[in-house]
Amino acid sequence: MVTRDTVESRVFGTLRWVVIAGLLLVTLFPFYYMVLLSLRPIDKVVSEPGKLWVAGSELTTSTYRAVLRSVGDGGQGFPQLLLNSALVSLATVALTLVIAIPGSYAVSRLRFVGRRQVHFLFLAVYLFPTILLAIPLFVLFTRLGLRGSLGGLVLVYIAQTIPVSIYMLRNYLTTIPDTLEEAAAVDGATRLQTIRKIVLPLAAPALMANALYIFMIAWNEFLFALLFLVERRDRWTVSLGLAQLSGGIEVSKTTLMAGSVVLTIPIVVLFFAAERMLTEGLTSGAEKG
Amino acid sequence: MSTTTRTREPVAAQSRRRRAGPTLRQRENRTGLAYLSPTLIVVLVVVVLPILWTIMLAFQRIRLINVRRAGLFSEYTLHNFTTVLQSPGFWSSLWTTLLYTVGGTALSIGLGLVAALALRRPFAGRTLARAAMLLPYVAPVVAVTFVWKIMLSPQYGILNHWGTAVFGWDHPVAFLSQRESSLFGLPVPTALLTVIVFEGWRYFPFAFLFLLARLQAVPAELEEAARVDGATISQRFRYIVLPQLGPVIALLSVLRFIMTFTKFDDVFLLTGGGSGTEVVSVRVYQFLTARFDIGAAAAQALVLAAVLVVFLIVYLKFFAPRLEND
Repeated sequence: MVTRDTVESRVFGTLRWVVIAGLLLVTLFPFYYMVLLSLRPIDKVVSEPGKLWVAGSELTTSTYRAVLRSVGDGGQGFPQLLLNSALVSLATVALTLVIAIPGSYAVSRLRFVGRRQVHFLFLAVYLFPTILLAIPLFVLFTRLGLRGSLGGLVLVYIAQTIPVSIYMLRNYLTTIPDTLEEAAAVDGATRLQTIRKIVLPLAAPALMANALYIFMIAWNEFLFALLFLVERRDRWTVSLGLAQLSGGIEVSKTTLMAGSVVLTIPIVVLFFAAERMLTEGLTSGAEKG
Repeated sequence: MSTTTRTREPVAAQSRRRRAGPTLRQRENRTGLAYLSPTLIVVLVVVVLPILWTIMLAFQRIRLINVRRAGLFSEYTLHNFTTVLQSPGFWSSLWTTLLYTVGGTALSIGLGLVAALALRRPFAGRTLARAAMLLPYVAPVVAVTFVWKIMLSPQYGILNHWGTAVFGWDHPVAFLSQRESSLFGLPVPTALLTVIVFEGWRYFPFAFLFLLARLQAVPAELEEAARVDGATISQRFRYIVLPQLGPVIALLSVLRFIMTFTKFDDVFLLTGGGSGTEVVSVRVYQFLTARFDIGAAAAQALVLAAVLVVFLIVYLKFFAPRLEND
């Protein structure tokens, strides 16, 4: 006799692999297609859009040359944009961490007035639409002449990433036992020394995950870059440059895909290099439910 | 900052020694505030003040041209709100935002749950599969929206190519530029649905990560005991696993709802707000950049935030006890 249990085991056992295969298809295919299109000549794409495997002889790198050549040479000048994006992202990471480390330490270790209320402040950052923040910042930066400056953009990114950064670090710090710090204090270390020599080394994995997450947000950000930098081509980030590229008439879709690949590769490489750390850093503390 | 507190300390300590010195608790209080102050300053300058200013702007008649003259003491008026609330398309855009948010939230959490359950037990290549699942969330929004646009294009899109060549569609579907089409005789908001599916695709990794982490913490003994008692897979999921996931799902719903409700990039990049996908954020952007009407843009953004707050209050009223112990 076949029991309900064996039927279910068999059904779900098969279903599981179907689901995994389906999920892999929908997550990976767009990226494969992006790379494939970026390497095919546009006329071939239009005549045979369904082709999924292409002989090596048909491939071209002209799209990448068009994207990477400087504007003066008739290209899109992406190296400059990559540099802008890298500068903005790295500055955001460094400054956010410098501000978030003492902040998260305070929230996780020190009792002070208003500690419980801090969360409400952070919630406000996410509760109000970014577009709502964008309006006054747009006006303010116009007045201060900060529009078109990468520094202004970094400032906004810091404010956007600090709450989540403090939240992640705090979750990690609460898992480090206090006794180590107490021992250091007994040995006469000041609080800053304790943080630098004991807490930071212990929190290194969380810091790396955090840095990666902030980098990802800054690298991928689009709205503020669009609002603040659009008039200054030499200051564009890659995301903005690519979006502006799509508005151009003579830019082919395959070139657009080459630009997308150039934009995506740095973040994906970084991500795969540190995937474990990121997933664990982001969700540590979530187990408690 | 650290140096100033350190140099000042002896002087302060001397003067205080005559009275009772600062207690450890007082010192901890001061250090805590000092450590948090850079964060507070940034959030105050770049978030709190702008929000207050938006509220002010919403009650003033300001366009980009006269923004330099506008100040704290300009005339206050409800004009913007009456214009916005009566303007054609505002209420429908709020409705679109709601549909988009509910659809996107539900789809991303549903997909995330399915993915987490499928990848729960170890198998060869699981680490790689897990990393692949996260790609849509990690990749830049500009890049992925462009691939989607190209894949869905009615002229050279691969989906329409396969659809017409293999699945026998009568004609290509303009997924992103068609307001409505009929499926089995029912009207379907094509573009809005596509945008919702995109939202589910892009954000299911977020739910997947949290749910997988929670699943791994479900004690094996519980399920083992249920299995011994003869509970089938679906029963074990329904009565053992799902209750354990409840709080995480509730938290994810709130987070995704807030983030999707105010989302701008995805819809803006996919459709530009056309074909019945105009969410309020995109509308605000258009008021700001095309009409330079700062006052009306601010008023709309405020209405959006207010609606979100109302939803949250309703949610907290009904589900608060569960979030309390978080």
